[in-house]
Amino acid sequence: MAEALDTNVSPAGGVAGGVPHSGGRGAPEHMGEPAATGPAADTEVMTINIGPHHPATHGVLRLVVDLEGEVVRDLRPVIGYVHTGIEKSCEDKSYWKVIPFVERMDYVSYFFQMEAFCGAVERLVGLEIPPRAKYLRTIFLELNRIHSHLVWLGTTALDLGAISMLWYCFRERDKILDLFEMATGQRMHTRYFQVGGVIEDIPRGFEAKLREFVADMPVRVGQYQDLLDRNEVFLSRTKGTGVVSRERLLELGVTGPLLRAAGEPWDLRKAFDYLAYPEMDFKVPVGTIGDNYDRYRVRVAEMVESVRIVEQALDGLPEGPFIAEDRKYVLPPRSELSTSMESLIHHFKLVTEGYRVEAGEVYYAIESPRGELGCFVLADGSSKPARVHFRDPSFVNLQAFKDMSVDGYVADMICSLGMLDPILGGVDR
Amino acid sequence: MPDAPGLELIRGEIEQDHPGAVLDTSFDRDQPALVVDPAQIIAVLTWLRDAPGQGYGFLSSLHAADYLPAEPRFAVHYELLNRDRVERLRVKAMLVDPAAAVAGSGGSAGGAAAPFSTPPIPRQPQSDLAELPVIDSCVELFPTAEFQEREVFDFFGIVFRGHPDLTRILLPEDYVGWPQRRDFPIGGEPVTFTYNERQYG
Repeated sequence: MAEALDTNVSPAGGVAGGVPHSGGRGAPEHMGEPAATGPAADTEVMTINIGPHHPATHGVLRLVVDLEGEVVRDLRPVIGYVHTGIEKSCEDKSYWKVIPFVERMDYVSYFFQMEAFCGAVERLVGLEIPPRAKYLRTIFLELNRIHSHLVWLGTTALDLGAISMLWYCFRERDKILDLFEMATGQRMHTRYFQVGGVIEDIPRGFEAKLREFVADMPVRVGQYQDLLDRNEVFLSRTKGTGVVSRERLLELGVTGPLLRAAGEPWDLRKAFDYLAYPEMDFKVPVGTIGDNYDRYRVRVAEMVESVRIVEQALDGLPEGPFIAEDRKYVLPPRSELSTSMESLIHHFKLVTEGYRVEAGEVYYAIESPRGELGCFVLADGSSKPARVHFRDPSFVNLQAFKDMSVDGYVADMICSLGMLDPILGGVDR
Repeated sequence: MPDAPGLELIRGEIEQDHPGAVLDTSFDRDQPALVVDPAQIIAVLTWLRDAPGQGYGFLSSLHAADYLPAEPRFAVHYELLNRDRVERLRVKAMLVDPAAAVAGSGGSAGGAAAPFSTPPIPRQPQSDLAELPVIDSCVELFPTAEFQEREVFDFFGIVFRGHPDLTRILLPEDYVGWPQRRDFPIGGEPVTFTYNERQYG
């Protein structure tokens, strides 16, 4: 940083009293003069390419950056390197087979993709999910939010030089993955949510293990804050960098922690009524000026709030079925297959053809760790969706990256990119 | 959400300022939608954003859909959000496929007889934008639409007039075809990396 500050390029910096002197930094007046080769090297705009395979881009993101010295003058994100046509592939799958596909878009917040899609289909077919399923989904969504923020905190702090943060964050992340594995059988891409509820109830012993985690996690978050909040390097790299005004962020459609860091208390969990969130008591952390430090503080505070939600949902977890009873859309219990002919027929129909959904369209949006995750499903009356579209928050938020980075140092650009937290699997889909 | 009567009120008010702009309304699964004349889409979106008492100032999502057997075939959806009243409103602009209109007038038998059977792979060159449906871009109204309009262009071949940089965004720039259209088949993509094939047959 000291070096970067030393070579501060300001347009008037090199001109003392209108007389260019040889040692001065480049001024626009003598940019074209061949004699001033030394200064011209600084002021010349140089286009460089960062990525797509660069550790600091957190995925397969390519940046074409115009640099003037060390100052970013223009920036263009080039995306699409991991486009796999998931939305198109979904049109060829029956509704229940779409779920594992959409999970693989944003591979860090897979529960949210499932919830967005399952919720949209439930609204299409008019299926009410039982209270226990709502609470279970809330628990897993919030665990996933902590998991996603831990991945973000570990990798972003790593970019900023705090290497030990990665190990601490991934230690806690592993505990969450253990919980996922215990309840769903998979550590990632669990396919746990079903249209109508969740695939199976939580196993015995899960609650005790989850309570252990819930008791442990706030302490751990405090430790992260102790490591970073007064860390001189971290502070000087995050404070005052990457600032975008609240109005501009709203124009650009930015949602989630980025918007809240700029002081806008907008959270879909509070605004809309879905799952068990109306019954939960939690705060929406907001920042003040919207620099990278605020973004960090908001996300860390959100982890604590998520822990509170998990704890409340666990306390209030209602008894009862974990998936809806409607046999037209929900697989019958395995035990019934050997005793009930009707169940066998339902099972066969659901597994082979799938259920048909009356023509219509639904847009359902939830608050993912990165902002508004919307799912648009168009049904044409067949057993396959005619269109599945995800409004991915990373994709939309990436538009704000230019505003964050232009006229700042290239080092701050890397910091802003980490704080933007794009998941390229979600951007490219 | 505005309820069904509220939606009709909005429609009536738009009709006063922009006669003929709203073609239809629908209230399906508790989600209100306005079907809007694509020629007046910017006027309607501006009205919904700026008119007193409306305030749909946040564009949540912009995406397209292909209702293939139906005519008009394409729709661009604008998911608007009023953050003060926490209300969503969908605005749809239905777009006719100009290529189908040309084919239909040339040989009406072929165009009408087989809408679904053996769809030809639409491999029109990308420079030939004359045969693509066109709608006005709303990037000046909602800057968030920039990436999303590019995505719609990329996958559906819908041209947004006035977009600052209407190029492919997720697919390679030399890609031919509009893959999210319903008559674009799944699979059959040629494999770009053929080293193993050449090496081992």
